[in-house]
Amino acid sequence: MFKLSRRYIVSSLRAYHENPLGIPRVGKGPAPTMPRSQKGLPIRQKIPNVKNIILVSSAKGGVGKSTVSVNTALALNSLGAKVGLLDADIFGPSVPRLLNLQGEPRLSSSGKLIPLSNYGVQSMSMGYLVSPEQAVVWRGLMVMKALQQLLFEVEWSPIDYLVIDMPPGTGDTQLSIGQLLQVNGAVIVSTPQDIALIDAVKGIKMFEKVDIPIIGIVQNMSHYICPNCKHESHIFRSEGARRIADEHNLKTLGSIPLDEEICLQSDAGKPIVISNPDSESVKPYFDIARSILDFTK
Amino acid sequence: MSPSIEPTQELNAPEPEHCPGPESDLAGKEDACQGCPNQEICSSNTVKGPDPDLPLINARLSQIDHKILVLSGKGGVGKSTFTSMLSWALAADDSLEVGAMDLDICGPSLPRMLGAEGEGVHQSNSGWSPVYVADNLGLMSIGFMLPDPDSAIIWRGAKKNGLIKQFLKDVNWGEHLDYLVVDTPPGTSDEHLAVTTYMKEVGVDGALIVTTPQEVALLDVRKEIDFCRKAGIKILGLVENMSGFVCPNCKGQSQIFKPTTGGGEQLCKDLNLKFLGSVPLDPRIGACCDHGRCFFDEYPDSPATTAILDVVDALRDQVELDMTKLTLE
Repeated sequence: MFKLSRRYIVSSLRAYHENPLGIPRVGKGPAPTMPRSQKGLPIRQKIPNVKNIILVSSAKGGVGKSTVSVNTALALNSLGAKVGLLDADIFGPSVPRLLNLQGEPRLSSSGKLIPLSNYGVQSMSMGYLVSPEQAVVWRGLMVMKALQQLLFEVEWSPIDYLVIDMPPGTGDTQLSIGQLLQVNGAVIVSTPQDIALIDAVKGIKMFEKVDIPIIGIVQNMSHYICPNCKHESHIFRSEGARRIADEHNLKTLGSIPLDEEICLQSDAGKPIVISNPDSESVKPYFDIARSILDFTK
Repeated sequence: MSPSIEPTQELNAPEPEHCPGPESDLAGKEDACQGCPNQEICSSNTVKGPDPDLPLINARLSQIDHKILVLSGKGGVGKSTFTSMLSWALAADDSLEVGAMDLDICGPSLPRMLGAEGEGVHQSNSGWSPVYVADNLGLMSIGFMLPDPDSAIIWRGAKKNGLIKQFLKDVNWGEHLDYLVVDTPPGTSDEHLAVTTYMKEVGVDGALIVTTPQEVALLDVRKEIDFCRKAGIKILGLVENMSGFVCPNCKGQSQIFKPTTGGGEQLCKDLNLKFLGSVPLDPRIGACCDHGRCFFDEYPDSPATTAILDVVDALRDQVELDMTKLTLE
C-alpha cells in the first residue's frame, strides 16, 4: 500500500493553541479531543501498540532521570523486550542528545508522528520538533496540549514497554500524565542527599495521590571512586535514598555510582550500556530493568 | 510613575447592592445585575482597566536597590545552593540588607538550606513578614506555608502565578533592601514568565546563570539564554558549578562532569557573556546545605569557598558598577 509520509517544516508553521506541535491535519474532521467522563475529568487511556507504560520521575531536577531512562530502556532492549522512549520534558529535552538523534520526524498516513530510532529503541521528544537553541516559553495550557499530542499522536510500532522520561517538579506535566494515562508503574530517581530526598518524598506522595503504583527508588550518584587511588568518596552524602525507600516500604532498585564514563559517553550520544557494556557501572541499570520486568509480569 | 486605574469607560449610575464589581469575570451576568443601568457596559467588558495589583508591586519593589534572578534551564546544577551561598556572602557584609525569595513552588529547597525549616510566616496589616535567618537576611518561600513538609504541591500554572503575585505584592521586606536574590525552578515556564511580567516596570538588574560543564546541561542553558534575550533580561554572567573534584585521599584532580564541548567558558565566548568563575565539587557543601549551616563559616579554607567568594565579588562589581544614577558625595 502506498504510504504517504511527508515532512513538515517547523519554522513555517505557527503554534496554535489547539495544535502546539503544528502537526498538519489529515482529513476534514475536527481536531481530536480527549474523551471525558460525566464529571468532566478525562478518562485514563492506553496508548495504542504499547503494552506497558513506565514513568521515570523525580520531583527534583538534575538527579539523572534522563540518563537512567535511556540506559534502562537500552537494558530492557538487551534483555529481549521491545522498547520505546518518550521524553516528556518540554522545556529541557535531553533524549535527542543522549541517543544521538536529530531531525524532524516524518508523518504517517494517518497524520501521526513516526518516532526516530537508534540502538534498537524508538523515541519521541520535543527536541526533534524545535531547534536546540530555541527556548520553549509556554504557559501551562499549551504544555498540556503539547503533551497530549506527544502521548496520543505518535505512531509507535508495537512495543512491550514505553519508558517516559518526566521533567522535574510536580506541576502541569505530572498532573496531565496522571489524569490521561493508565500507567503500570513508576520509578523514582534520587541522589542520596537530603535536599534531593525531600523532593523525592513529594514525588512519592504525588504518585500515591493519583493512584500510580511505584516500582521502587533508584539511588543515583551514590559514590565516586577516585581513578588514582580508588578511594571511595561520598560526594552527595550516602545511602539516603535507601533510607527513604525503607521508610516508605519501597524497593531500592539499584545504586548507581558517579562514573566519569557515564557523563562522557552520554554527551557523545552513546549511552554507557552500549559503549561499555562490561563496566561495573552498567550492572545497576540491568538490575532496574529486571525489576521492571518482574513488576509487570 | 505607576499607572493609574482609570476605567476606560465611565459607569452611568452608582453600583447596586451585591454588585460583583465591574472588573470581575461575572460582571453584567449576575442576578443582581438585572435592571442595573450599567449592565450593558459591564457585560461588554469594556470597564477592565489595567491590573490593579501592579502599582502595589511596583511600590514594594521600588524599595529594593538590586534584584538578581538566579536562572538555569537545567535542574540540579546548584541554583538553590548558589542562591543560599550568595545570600550568606552578601549578608556577611553587615552594612547590606539582603532578602532571598524562593519561587520554586514544587520543590522549595531554600528553607532547608538556610536553616529555617519549620518556621512560619507572620501576617500583619503591613504585609507578610519574611523569616529572618540572620539580622540582615530575610527569606520568603512556600516551604513555610505547608502544613506537612512531605505533601506535594500539584498546582497548575494560573495558581502558581497568583502565589508569585502575592509574594511580590504582600511581602514586607522592611523600609529598604539592598539586594533581593530570587531562586527559580528549572525550565522556562509559568514562574519565569510571571516574575518577568510583574517585575518589568521596575526592572530586574539581571540574571545569573548557573550550569555544570557537561553538554547535556549546556543544551538547556542555551535555551534559557534565549529566553532571557527574548524577555529583555540582562545576563550578568555565567557560573560553572561542579567543575572539578579533588580527592580527599590523594589530592588528585578529576573531572566528573567532563566539559566535552569546552564547558561554560566556551559557551560564554560563543554567546558573548561574562564568565564569572567555576566552582569545584566539595562533598562538604552538600552536607552543610542539608543541615542548613553556612559553608563559608565551617570550612573557610576549602577551594570551593575561595571560588564562590570570587564569583560573588565579580557579580557585585557587575551589579554595582551599573548604577549610573549614583551621585558623587
